Amino acid sequence: MGKLKLNYKYISLYITILLFSGLFAAGSMLYDGFFSLQVLLNMLIDNAFLIVTAIGMTFVLIIGGIDISVGAVIALICMLSAHLLSVRHISAFIVLPAMLLVGMAFGFGQGYLIQKFKLQPFIATLAGMFLARGLCYVISIDTIMISDPFYMQMSTYKIPMPFDTHISISVVIALATLLAGLYLANFTKFGRTAYAIGGNEQSAVLMGLPVARTKILVYTLNGFCSALAGIVFSFYMLSGYGLHGVGLEMDAIASVVIGGTPLSGGIGFVTGTLFGVLIQGAIQTLIMFQGTLSSWWTKIAIASLLCVFIILHKLIISRREGRKSIA
Amino acid sequence: MSIKEGWERFSKSQLFWPILALAIVLLFNLIFTKDFFSIEIKEGHLYGVAIDILNRAAPLMILATGMTLVIATGGGGVDVSVGSVIAISGAVAAALIGGSLQYVDGVQQFVTNVSMPVAILAALAVATLLGAWNGFLVAKIGIQPIVATLILLVAGRGLAQLVTQGQIITIYYKPFSYIGTGFLLGLPFTIFIVAALFGLTYYMVRKTAMGLFIESIGINASASRFSGINVSKYVFMVYAFCGFCAGVAGLIICSNVSSADGNNAGLFMELDAILAVALGGNSTSGGRFTLVGSLIGALVIQSITTSIYALGVPPEITLVVKALVVIAICLMQSEEFRKTLQRKGSTNRGNQCGKIEAKL
Repeated sequence: MGKLKLNYKYISLYITILLFSGLFAAGSMLYDGFFSLQVLLNMLIDNAFLIVTAIGMTFVLIIGGIDISVGAVIALICMLSAHLLSVRHISAFIVLPAMLLVGMAFGFGQGYLIQKFKLQPFIATLAGMFLARGLCYVISIDTIMISDPFYMQMSTYKIPMPFDTHISISVVIALATLLAGLYLANFTKFGRTAYAIGGNEQSAVLMGLPVARTKILVYTLNGFCSALAGIVFSFYMLSGYGLHGVGLEMDAIASVVIGGTPLSGGIGFVTGTLFGVLIQGAIQTLIMFQGTLSSWWTKIAIASLLCVFIILHKLIISRREGRKSIA
Repeated sequence: MSIKEGWERFSKSQLFWPILALAIVLLFNLIFTKDFFSIEIKEGHLYGVAIDILNRAAPLMILATGMTLVIATGGGGVDVSVGSVIAISGAVAAALIGGSLQYVDGVQQFVTNVSMPVAILAALAVATLLGAWNGFLVAKIGIQPIVATLILLVAGRGLAQLVTQGQIITIYYKPFSYIGTGFLLGLPFTIFIVAALFGLTYYMVRKTAMGLFIESIGINASASRFSGINVSKYVFMVYAFCGFCAGVAGLIICSNVSSADGNNAGLFMELDAILAVALGGNSTSGGRFTLVGSLIGALVIQSITTSIYALGVPPEITLVVKALVVIAICLMQSEEFRKTLQRKGSTNRGNQCGKIEAKL
């Protein structure tokens, strides 16, 4: 019985991984040249920023919150670093840590408002989103190109991999974030407290867990992740623009949900999030290989998947609860 | 004494904070913006900044009406898909009407693909259907509202582009633009649409038991079910109605610019709509709601935008100001923040109030 329960907990994670394998297998069978390590690695290269921000989002969803400001924060980080590098000519080694601090401060501010003054996460981060996008336009309404040598190098440097393939620095950053996320979620007091808050906040308070501190920390962590994603994104785009990453927050939330983390909190898998992003990458790649389908089919396909996953979750949960009530 | 009692009752009412917010924004304009309240008559139409605000706030007011009811049903009730529904509704109308200027027997005539009333009805039907889909997921399957409507938010833009084939469709049929730009009795036609829709909704929720049912569902859904209210039926209806409202707003926006843009029509409108409801003094966790408050919330948002333009401040700053105002107003409405203020206020009340004023 105990083993069966464990299965239930992980079932959506298994389905996510299976689905990704299925999509990749289908692509390999349908199109020549799809089945290669480089195609797989390209999915990581093109979605590195999404992986980073989605991992931060996973923690926010685990505590039952939401943060819709991440897309705007990514745009702000791109814009700010482009401005500091190209207009003010400040060294990249000062800009990079400064950007991370900006992201953390932003996340902390939102977390503080949410926790201290009991603002709805949706509304507070909505304000954060307006603020970040607005600040982008205050800096400049035009695109600022980044021509800093360090950024150029980070953008073009290819790390060789076996079988004549390569990855970018961004992938290394994304995978490091993934490992750090896994460690935080599974092996630290902070991670356990986050799960407890999502399960039942009042119980967590009564258990004497540091709820307020952890909640603010989770939003700070998410701010850090979106700043890091912004840095990765600026390596990828080499420019700052106010409309970078529009709708990215929804992509991030969709990846996390497809990865088996429901928005109700208490449950969540960092690994699942990686596969949630990869599934989106696989769909994009499939549509690219197909060639005739227009880009908007990506959105429709992702939304359909999202729908299937959410309904599946609901069925699993109601079945489990049904079992409980019988037992 | 009676004035004091009245004031006390008013200051405790749900409408106190939204009206105060609107008053502050208007007062600010009265002092700093020239000719803000002047209204003149040109060619039999009323013109003026105030009329302009009413006209431009129309889509938002309509959205906020539907959104108020959705948020009032509680349990995290929210519809984040309205922006996408706006795009779809506009796309359907534009694709059906299309239209071109043709010469029939030597006379210029506007020709449509499908007659305009049919196209409008079709667009509204599609929007209501999409709302009903949200309602089905929330009320029948029992999915969290924000998740359920997220599906349509992601898919909606894709669907809208599917309808328009990725193009921006221009509508050449002139009578269609009357909806968004026409005048009736000297006032913009959109104001009448808002009045009609709002009046109908107000009648439905305040003169029938429906409003009470929605509030009771928002406060405690299980208790409402046990007392015999068909919870899933009302929740379903509210979401379908919200879709309908988004459809109407979509038609106004589409008609205003005589074109349908699947990518950008109604972009971020869902956020503005939720904001309007929150600014209107409605609790975002459901229960008691005020439709009038939401309308005032929508007007506050539009007034801020218009006054930024009127002041000649670069429009890029609009978003920053909006964000600061949102934070300030949300803090004013937060019990915890007021308690903190009161604790500190006993020593330096004037100083704190000054800070809020400065933020606004």
